[in-house]
Amino acid sequence: MSNTHTATAAGIRTSESYYLKEEHHPENGTMLGFWMYLMSDCLLFAMLFAAYGVLGRHYAAGPSGADLFDLKLVAVNTAFLLLSSITYGFAMLAMHSKRLGKTLFWLGITGIFGLAFLSLEIYEFVHLIHEGAGPQRSAFLTSFFALVGTHGLHVTFGTIWLVTLMFQLKKHGLVPENKRRMNCLSLFWHFLDVVWIGVFTFVYLMGTLV
Amino acid sequence: MSNHNHDAHAHHGDHDHHEDDTPHGSLYDYVVGFVLSVILTAIPFWLVMGKVIDDKTVLSLILLGIGAVQIVVHMVYFLHMSPKSQGGWNLMALIFTLVLVVITMAGSMWVMYHLHSNMMPMPVNMNSMP
Repeated sequence: MSNTHTATAAGIRTSESYYLKEEHHPENGTMLGFWMYLMSDCLLFAMLFAAYGVLGRHYAAGPSGADLFDLKLVAVNTAFLLLSSITYGFAMLAMHSKRLGKTLFWLGITGIFGLAFLSLEIYEFVHLIHEGAGPQRSAFLTSFFALVGTHGLHVTFGTIWLVTLMFQLKKHGLVPENKRRMNCLSLFWHFLDVVWIGVFTFVYLMGTLV
Repeated sequence: MSNHNHDAHAHHGDHDHHEDDTPHGSLYDYVVGFVLSVILTAIPFWLVMGKVIDDKTVLSLILLGIGAVQIVVHMVYFLHMSPKSQGGWNLMALIFTLVLVVITMAGSMWVMYHLHSNMMPMPVNMNSMP
């Protein structure tokens, strides 16, 4: 009697642990989790876009987008970000073909494009504030600085992450952990480019059509 | 951690595909995506800077349309989205997020537009209203 008891108990336990193993599904959990983070980030940007959409025409008798935006500068900035996207792609391809030096080279180029983007954006912000078109001037400029500034902050942290990752790659090589980090940063970097599409279309190009 | 990549292919069952199974594109994918992005970026800048279209509403709609297409191009060629990635969870999360984004954006604009059109133009004969 007790024998059958323990037998069934053991049977249940093993089948339980079997099912638990199946349900616990750790395959690429990090990538899915990071994707979830990006989606929440997407919502953050949606709020800022919505704020800009509502407030973007409230100039408080101040300058409008048509007065302020220098589309040539924005076009150059867009080119920097787009180029950094494809050079990051080249870094990923180099990583998949297991060539550490090439990976580091393309990551470096990506970082340089990221820094070029940031310096142009900082130049633009400083220029605007110098002209008296700072974030406190009007609702339009508040929402503009909040949206574009948040994107710039993301690029800043992405660049810091990229440099950190270059050191990690140099130290440990193309180990699975670093590949995972590369994959996450790839999502992050391309996601920032997607957000920038929204920014240059909705803020800069449509903002000049007053 | 490295073990996970190898022994946890619960729904693939076989081990003979990629070493790490995150989707990644080929050089061809990246180049196609890049060329399409350059074209889809150049057109809106040209339309606005060259003052090609006079009608602002039409131009805005064209800009938004091209922007949407370019976002899809980036999603497919750079972010390697496909209905199959992560067993469909990536796409599910994306669709859910897009629904929330559309509700947020369209909802705020709609509500605030109505608020403005009801409040801002202060009718002259306001005092005569009941």
